[in-house]
Amino acid sequence: MAGLELRGIRKDYGSTAVLKGIDLSIADGEFVVFVGPSGCGKSTLLRVIAGLETVTAGDIRIDGAEVTRTAASDRGLAMVFQSYALYPHMTVHQNMSFALENMGIAKPEIAARVDRAARMLRLTDYLQRRPAALSGGQRQRVAIGRAIVRDPKIFLFDEPLSNLDAELRVATRKELAALHAEIGGTMIYVTHDQVEAMTLADRIVVLNGGRIEQIGTPLELYNRPANLFVAGFIGSPRMNLLPTELVRGEAAGGETGRAATLGIRPEHVEPCGEADADLTVRVDLVEQLGGETFLYTSANTGGPNGLPLTIRCDGQSRLARGDLLPVRLRRDHLHRFDAAGLACRPDPLPARSHS
Amino acid sequence: MTGKLRTGKLGRLLLARRGGASWHWTDVASYAYLALGVLLMFGPVLWLALSSFKTPAALLEFPPSLLPMAQSEVSVQGYPQPLPLFRVTMEDGSVRELAQVRRVGIVAQMVDPAAPGQTIRVPADRRTPVRHMALAVENYTDPLTQFDFLRFLRNSLVVTVVATIITLIINSMAAYALSVYEFRGKSVAMLGVIGTLMIPITIILAPVYLVVTKLGFVDSLWAVILPGAATPTGVFLLRQYMLTIPRDLIEAARMDKASEWRIYARIVMPLSMPALAVLAIFSVMWRWNEFLWPLAVLTKTEVHTLPIALNAFQGELQTQWHYLLAMTVVTLLPVALVFAFLQRFITSGIANTGMK
Amino acid sequence: MTDTMRSHGAPARGPSAAAAAVTTGSANILMRLTDPPMRAVQRLIGAARMPYVFLLPNLLFFGLFVFLPIGINIVFSVTGGTGLFPSERPYVGAEHYARLLDCGSYLEAGSCREDLFWRGVGNTLTFTVFQMVAMVLFSLVTALVLNRPIRGRGFFRAVYFFPVLLSPVVVALIWKWILQRDGLLNAVLTTAGGEKILFFVDPGWAMFWAVFVSVWAHMGFYTLILLAGLQAIPRDVYEAAEMDGTRPWRVFHRITLPLLWPNLLVVLVLVLIRSVQVFDEVFVLTGGGPGTATMMVVQYIYTTAFANQVQNFGLAGAASVLLGAVLFVLTLIQLFLTRRRAS
Repeated sequence: MAGLELRGIRKDYGSTAVLKGIDLSIADGEFVVFVGPSGCGKSTLLRVIAGLETVTAGDIRIDGAEVTRTAASDRGLAMVFQSYALYPHMTVHQNMSFALENMGIAKPEIAARVDRAARMLRLTDYLQRRPAALSGGQRQRVAIGRAIVRDPKIFLFDEPLSNLDAELRVATRKELAALHAEIGGTMIYVTHDQVEAMTLADRIVVLNGGRIEQIGTPLELYNRPANLFVAGFIGSPRMNLLPTELVRGEAAGGETGRAATLGIRPEHVEPCGEADADLTVRVDLVEQLGGETFLYTSANTGGPNGLPLTIRCDGQSRLARGDLLPVRLRRDHLHRFDAAGLACRPDPLPARSHS
Repeated sequence: MTGKLRTGKLGRLLLARRGGASWHWTDVASYAYLALGVLLMFGPVLWLALSSFKTPAALLEFPPSLLPMAQSEVSVQGYPQPLPLFRVTMEDGSVRELAQVRRVGIVAQMVDPAAPGQTIRVPADRRTPVRHMALAVENYTDPLTQFDFLRFLRNSLVVTVVATIITLIINSMAAYALSVYEFRGKSVAMLGVIGTLMIPITIILAPVYLVVTKLGFVDSLWAVILPGAATPTGVFLLRQYMLTIPRDLIEAARMDKASEWRIYARIVMPLSMPALAVLAIFSVMWRWNEFLWPLAVLTKTEVHTLPIALNAFQGELQTQWHYLLAMTVVTLLPVALVFAFLQRFITSGIANTGMK
Repeated sequence: MTDTMRSHGAPARGPSAAAAAVTTGSANILMRLTDPPMRAVQRLIGAARMPYVFLLPNLLFFGLFVFLPIGINIVFSVTGGTGLFPSERPYVGAEHYARLLDCGSYLEAGSCREDLFWRGVGNTLTFTVFQMVAMVLFSLVTALVLNRPIRGRGFFRAVYFFPVLLSPVVVALIWKWILQRDGLLNAVLTTAGGEKILFFVDPGWAMFWAVFVSVWAHMGFYTLILLAGLQAIPRDVYEAAEMDGTRPWRVFHRITLPLLWPNLLVVLVLVLIRSVQVFDEVFVLTGGGPGTATMMVVQYIYTTAFANQVQNFGLAGAASVLLGAVLFVLTLIQLFLTRRRAS
């Protein structure tokens, strides 16, 4: 197991810059998730770490050793591909032992390692099958098994759950978390699904447009998003973003007075009496989930379309479409962003890596 | 297969049988055309096979009989040689089977095998030969024993097998390089392959002969095996197929610490098996049938391959058709067998690649 | 991904399964022998240079047996004498080309200095024209018939196709046997009340049979290409035409033919390229005779270089350079057409 150090990683394809300078260090045993919208460079970053892409600039260290120019096969990392990339002409056993044979490991040792991984992943009964004869979830587990037997320095996962159906995705997510707890390796995981990121990660790296927007634990990102992008990306339903001038009274003021946008999460908007209201909104759609209710509403801006505002209430609601509802924004949960989209903090942190 | 499915709308559109009920004239014409095709395509080969079992005497007959026939003979007491048997219509209209002693002009002297003492004189046009089916197997066995036919067969086999193996290995290596990697000079290499596609051996016969002479291969089988071993067609066919192998698999193998050679041998080759099989079949056909180049380079009889031997044999002054036909059948047989078993495979391979 | 997995990973059926069994066995042994040295090579030169190693053997063969010979051929064509090695051959400049092209009238082979060459050119042209027409006509008709909903299509397709695989020598011998003086065809003719025809003594008949036998042997291949083209035409196009009440001939003329045209063009050019190079079948069938009535250009080159008393590599080289130039142009056309078909 090992830590990873990235310094000034840039990657250009021709004149297109995909990675625009990435600095990141990952500690030994950490589970780090790269998350971001498609095209943000997260997969490219993973492939750069893997050695499947060369960098245009910057350097990569694994366990303190410089590996920037080292071939993928010599970096000692294992990768689980989005497509699983199982060798279709080999059995499950052969798939898992291929890498070990390449490393010149003795036969009994190979057998022992494959057995152990197969038991851990409940694949023992399928060792003689070919990938085509397995279900999606089983293929997924073989792909993970192929990585485990290697005992790699770092595990790399490239959207490994995106080919599974919703139910299986949740189950496999739990297994992955359990696996990390059990073997404790350094894991880097790429996904576009922020729920996966929130549930699996020790630390999340939010990427956008080839840059790191913010790095932090899941709750840090949720509670203190560094900028509008992170605020909008983390959390579901999304954080409500309102222009300051729309909100009456002291809510808009804030400490700094330079906020251009206010952010508030749906659970922090409360229906209230007319007098306490910051805003009055019209209910457009009510989603009753039983235990909680989402109200999709719009605030009157004077224009033809209202400004959308999502509200989460505990329990069930009797409101209906068209109802007018006075709401209050909870003061202690207001996020303020300046005109550049950065969070307004008493002590402004350098949120963007390059800005 | 699709035929049944299409009988509906498309079938009617093309004036085909409607639901199998009534026959349109175009159906009749189609089947007539196909039947004629079967006759024209199969007939000659069948005729060759039938003829190859005829005795030299039967081959000289005109008009020829359909099946290999030979005249029956009987041993008659008092005559040292067996005599040919004829069916004779006597003057009284009765028909007897008589053995012919000799023929003088239009009169034949005949003898009844049952009563050899008495000679009967019969007009020659009153008799027809009594014949039975006889397979002249010696057409096949003689060349095997008397001539070097087995050697030619062996030469052809060696050339075909060795050349095909070499072709498969070097073509697949080149195709792998051209499909999996990006490297400097790749487009030049591709151009080189396309270039060779344009240069048939027919136009560089003499210089290749020079190269082969320099290498010391003249009158050895290597002279036939090596020059055609690197086929541009094979590189194209394999490359096209290898391009469809997911890149992820190659990268997964790299992450699995496989060397580039191992990726080629353990991942890409097994996955390209269908294309390799098509190329193997093509190569076997090319090599087994190759004519012009071996004709130019193989001058000694010992190293002749089957087609060259056949050509030399038919060119001899007194063509011994009975042997030639039998050897032609033997040359044709392996190809026919391969085709019988792999027909669908070959035709779909050709239809997909547009090459032969 | 699932689809690609299926296509590559599905247990191979039939021949590929057998081939796979044999190859995996021998591949394992081969792997053990070749892996250590190739690994060492990779360590030595780096993974990025490995493609060159993979390309090397094939390119070596190409270089030795194609590119180098092209160069030698050009040297041959401008040198004289009877020597095989360029060092033994004196430079003669364009003499061979001049000799080949020296004609009183290009319409009359007899007026040319190298009249055999021009007879070969004339014969090849005649052969090519007739063969192209017959080949395209018959393979198109056969493909159209096979594309109809007929029973036993697979069988009939095989029937037309199998001569493609036969050795040209075998093909020629089969027909030589049928066409000989006392052969099957003359038997049929005389039985029908006709006279025997000496097919290989009459120049016209000899050329006819040369074309016929080539078409017989190769039409299956072109039929296959055209059939594939026909089957690629989407069925709904026909269904739409049917809904519009289009007449069958119009369907063929306005739908089938235009949509098949790219394939037809490729077939035309392929036939052309192969016709220009024709040699094997005709050579064995007629020996180029009677006289020089069926002697083709390639036979002229072969005879000049190998079969004559005096081996004239220079003249043969010059003739092949000319033939090569023609083939080069034709192949460029073909590549252009196939590329256009692909895109």
